[in-house]
Amino acid sequence: MINVVESSDIAKSFGPIMALDDISFSVNESEIFGFIGPDGAGKTTLFRIITTLLLPDKGNMKVLGMNATTHYKELRKNIGYMPGRFSLYQDLSVEENLNFYATVFGTTVEENYNLISDIYSHIEPFKKRLAGKLSGGMKQKLALSCALIHKPRLLILDEPTTGVDAVSRSEFWDMLNKLRQYNITIIVSTPYMDEAIRCDRVALIQNGKILSIDTPQKIRAGFSRKLFTVKAIEKYRLIKTLKKNPEVMTAYPFGDSIHVTLINDSSDNSLFEYLVKEGISDAVIQEAEAGIEDRFLELMEKA
Amino acid sequence: MGGFKNSKGSALDIINLLLAHYMKRFLGFVKKEFMHIFRDYRTLFILFGIPAAQILIFGYAVSTDIKNAGVAILDLSHDEITLKLTDKIFSSGFFKKTENLLNYNDIDKVFKKGKTKAVIVYEDDFGKKLIREGKASLSIISDGSEPNTATLITNYTTSIVNDFTMELAGPALKNSIRISPEVKMLYNPALKSHFMFVPGVITLILILICALMTSVTITREKEFGTMEVLLVSPLRPIQIILGKVMPYFFLSFINVLLILLLSWLVFGLPVKGSIILLLAECMLYIMMSLTLGILISTISKTMQQAIFISLIGLMLPTILLSGFIFPIENMPKIYDYVSSVMPPRYFIVIIKNIMIKGTGLTYIWKETLILIIMTLVFMGLSVRKFKIRLE
Repeated sequence: MINVVESSDIAKSFGPIMALDDISFSVNESEIFGFIGPDGAGKTTLFRIITTLLLPDKGNMKVLGMNATTHYKELRKNIGYMPGRFSLYQDLSVEENLNFYATVFGTTVEENYNLISDIYSHIEPFKKRLAGKLSGGMKQKLALSCALIHKPRLLILDEPTTGVDAVSRSEFWDMLNKLRQYNITIIVSTPYMDEAIRCDRVALIQNGKILSIDTPQKIRAGFSRKLFTVKAIEKYRLIKTLKKNPEVMTAYPFGDSIHVTLINDSSDNSLFEYLVKEGISDAVIQEAEAGIEDRFLELMEKA
Repeated sequence: MGGFKNSKGSALDIINLLLAHYMKRFLGFVKKEFMHIFRDYRTLFILFGIPAAQILIFGYAVSTDIKNAGVAILDLSHDEITLKLTDKIFSSGFFKKTENLLNYNDIDKVFKKGKTKAVIVYEDDFGKKLIREGKASLSIISDGSEPNTATLITNYTTSIVNDFTMELAGPALKNSIRISPEVKMLYNPALKSHFMFVPGVITLILILICALMTSVTITREKEFGTMEVLLVSPLRPIQIILGKVMPYFFLSFINVLLILLLSWLVFGLPVKGSIILLLAECMLYIMMSLTLGILISTISKTMQQAIFISLIGLMLPTILLSGFIFPIENMPKIYDYVSSVMPPRYFIVIIKNIMIKGTGLTYIWKETLILIIMTLVFMGLSVRKFKIRLE
């Protein structure tokens, strides 16, 4: 098995801002590799270096066995890239966009139709519609079809699900999974932690540094403490009260509950007594399994 | 032998195949550009509406011809000759009589009413003096607040009067008559100003539209993020540049035909020289403007920046420094040097020569060569400066 992407000590700065700092990782053939991190973590910059759009200040980027700096012409034939923002021609129809990208990459829609049929069949009924008039989910499917039409060996998707509804997001990941059978390696970034579980391996990235690379299961297992979820009706007061307690190490809001870790792992009973004493008597405390986001927050705390 | 022939044939086949491959890509790109243009009614309007409007506006509204200009007469002599002369002046079609004045005090009043642009005053005993002494005087008092019209009226009247004197005196008396300096417009004897404006407008419109359109269409791809995807494709910079230029080249050429046709139909402007040469020179100038537009797009990041550079950087200097309105000979030396790097300066010479004087390539080869060199330089710079990566 060869490494589709081999990044060693990649650094890139824009003026005084260090966008990427010593990034090293490798992506195996046919895997779905996810970059998880907040906005401004450096995901887009990294993807632009992989796609030969930017040159790194330092380090070596090898893509499909080729140097991304010197062999960019050859690489550009074999990469499919879907940038972070919708970047198809809004004044061309669905069909025209797809045909254009097929022609530019020296192929035809018919030739690789089997590759995109799953995705494209959703938007085919609207093929005469202008791309600018599509809904968010449809735009994303069209962009993916366009990025796939030349059967790239490596597909790079920069936050493909941002701004897309939950159902479309789930469908989208199903499609990516199906692409494995064509031996297409996928590198994808997302700010949504719940999508990380759909990747084979993920890299947690923050402030231009990779915090951890592993399978989603192992990343979750890496969480080193006991985790409790605390629920109460007055959520705002609850989190304020929790943070006042010196026993509490971290308290982060997660949807309708608060994820809490304690300095002494076994003292959840005393936490309940503390809350009652502070006037929050409806608190429900449960031990929970850590998610990727919990691990991410823990790593951030350490960094 | 046969084997050799075969291998040669297959090599050619491969070259053909490669060529077809590249051409397909390129033509796909050109097709996409045409779709952009035809779907955007604003682009179409700028391309075809503005030139037509410009020609009509410059031709009619900004016309410096005089036609039915208001003129009043103060005839202190009131004899046969003055009546004849007045008649001749008003039958020319340039002037319209507003009033007959009685004395000098009326002159001020009639000007203040605003309809009269000039007053012609015959002195006392005009006719008698002219016959007896061969000399009589007439004054043309014009409204100096409109200097352009005033000069034109003065010139027109002077030539009508001269004409009249010659007729009256006949060849025998030629020596005894004082002839005031004659104002005659060479190449534009009827002083039709459209003749002057059409070449100027073509020069201005072509450089503006070509440079503006191409620079905007490229920066638009940058702004909408589509350039990012184009760059991560096997398209070469030269394919992208030529693909952007081709459609506009074609449309601008249609534009030239449209302007020429319009000025011929509406103003009856003929092309004195060779039409083929004129069209060839226009193609060269269009190409030059398009490559200039590409160059502008390589140095600007947003559409706004590109529009700003094209409008301010090209329109003003073209109008002011190319000799379109103000003659270069009258400029201070420094402006002369500045204008020598402006492509419109050379094209205006070329187009005026062909359209109005009817000269051939022998008189304009130098300007043509300069434009060719400029095109090549802009093209070379654009391909070099075209970024194959993001910044």
